[in-house]
Amino acid sequence: MARTVWDSTVGKKTVMAVSGLIMLLYLVVHMIGNLKIFFGPGEFNHYAHWLRTVGEPFMHYEWTLWVIRVVLLAAVVAHAVSAYQLSRRDIKARPRTYVHRKPRAGYATRTMRWGGVILGLFIVWHILDLTTGTVHSGGFETGKPYQNVVDTFSTWYGNAVYIVAMLALGLHIRHGFWSAAQTLGAGSRARDRALKTVANVLALLLTAGFIAVPVGVMTGVVS
Amino acid sequence: MKLTLRVWRQKNADAEGTMSTYEVDGISPDMSFLEMLDTLNEELILKGEDPVAFDHDCREGICGMCSLVINGEAHGPERTTTCQLHMRSFRDGDTIDIEPWRAAAFPVVKDLVVDRSAFDRIIQAGGYITAPTGSAPEAHATPVPKPDADYAFEHAECIGCGACVAACPNGAAMLFTSAKVNHLNVLPQGAPERETRVLDMVAQMDEEGFGGCTLAGECATACPKGIPLTSITRMNREWLRATRKAGKR
Repeated sequence: MARTVWDSTVGKKTVMAVSGLIMLLYLVVHMIGNLKIFFGPGEFNHYAHWLRTVGEPFMHYEWTLWVIRVVLLAAVVAHAVSAYQLSRRDIKARPRTYVHRKPRAGYATRTMRWGGVILGLFIVWHILDLTTGTVHSGGFETGKPYQNVVDTFSTWYGNAVYIVAMLALGLHIRHGFWSAAQTLGAGSRARDRALKTVANVLALLLTAGFIAVPVGVMTGVVS
Repeated sequence: MKLTLRVWRQKNADAEGTMSTYEVDGISPDMSFLEMLDTLNEELILKGEDPVAFDHDCREGICGMCSLVINGEAHGPERTTTCQLHMRSFRDGDTIDIEPWRAAAFPVVKDLVVDRSAFDRIIQAGGYITAPTGSAPEAHATPVPKPDADYAFEHAECIGCGACVAACPNGAAMLFTSAKVNHLNVLPQGAPERETRVLDMVAQMDEEGFGGCTLAGECATACPKGIPLTSITRMNREWLRATRKAGKR
């Protein structure tokens, strides 16, 4: 069955839909967690520490976190590989474009591929910046996420990269969530408007929620 | 009406093609688009030039033979087939670009004619029901609920013209395949092959080199018969159901 799914365009789209929804679920949780930064370093740092102790005593320190990381990594890889293979196929299926071109699909639809690449690059930077601290702008300190976040968003490029990526994320979710519903066969004529609304609301809430953090640092609400 | 036409000319499948410009005069707004092309061809023949090759048959909007991407839109600016498109949709002095369907699975045969036999092979893979032939069956032998009959008919309207493929940025045949799958899968007559139909037809669709669906929705906008985009959603559901069932066996 796995073979059938992976070898079919419809199956590969299913892989994209499921992995996309996993990442979307994570993003909702991530965004809500981020908002704790507005309640001061105490609450934010405590929340960050709690993430490492989730599931104790059943789970050892950081075990739950690593399970989440592995699942997310699998989702990102599955999403990217199927997107790459499907895109290659799509481009090959239309070897010659029309002389008279009339783009009609929406902006979010047309930017899915490049938007996805931008998001992929962003994730790499984001992890190197705030998880490992490799490319962090200030003096990165493990266990002090509040200060690390403030440092990142005290640089113009930190803000620029983050905000651009979050706008790309909003567009990606706007088309992606609705598409995933269609791919999984959950859409119907009666449900179409509801699904589009949920996609738009999710896109808007996530983008606004994530961008609130750099804006908070820039305006001095978070310092 | 006086028009400037920029038409794709290509001698044969292997030749390099190019857009050629022609002027046509004395076009009536009541002419169909194909009659306008007939007028051009008559002039070309009188001049001893090679007429523009294009597909057409019934000219009633029901056979699915005519094609043409007109000004970047499959079947032109109206939601109908090219044969039912009239010159009143254009203005005197317009320049009109005419191109063939573009898709790897629809190679150009000559000028504006493309080979759409990939569609026939998708139908051969499962777009049929198994029924004893002979005398017509009793009409009431198999009751079909009215909503199902309507749903099947809506999808049976597909004439297989390929506008969906031509309009799709990925050259995908999802709308065509889904119309055929849904038409038969919703009916009791199609039930025995419900799973194999969707699996085999999607597999053949992939085999032919059509692209995948990115839900751009251009296919449903171009479809002269109004096959809805949700048709693809329903086929995805059928495909997932069939895959799950096949996995259990």
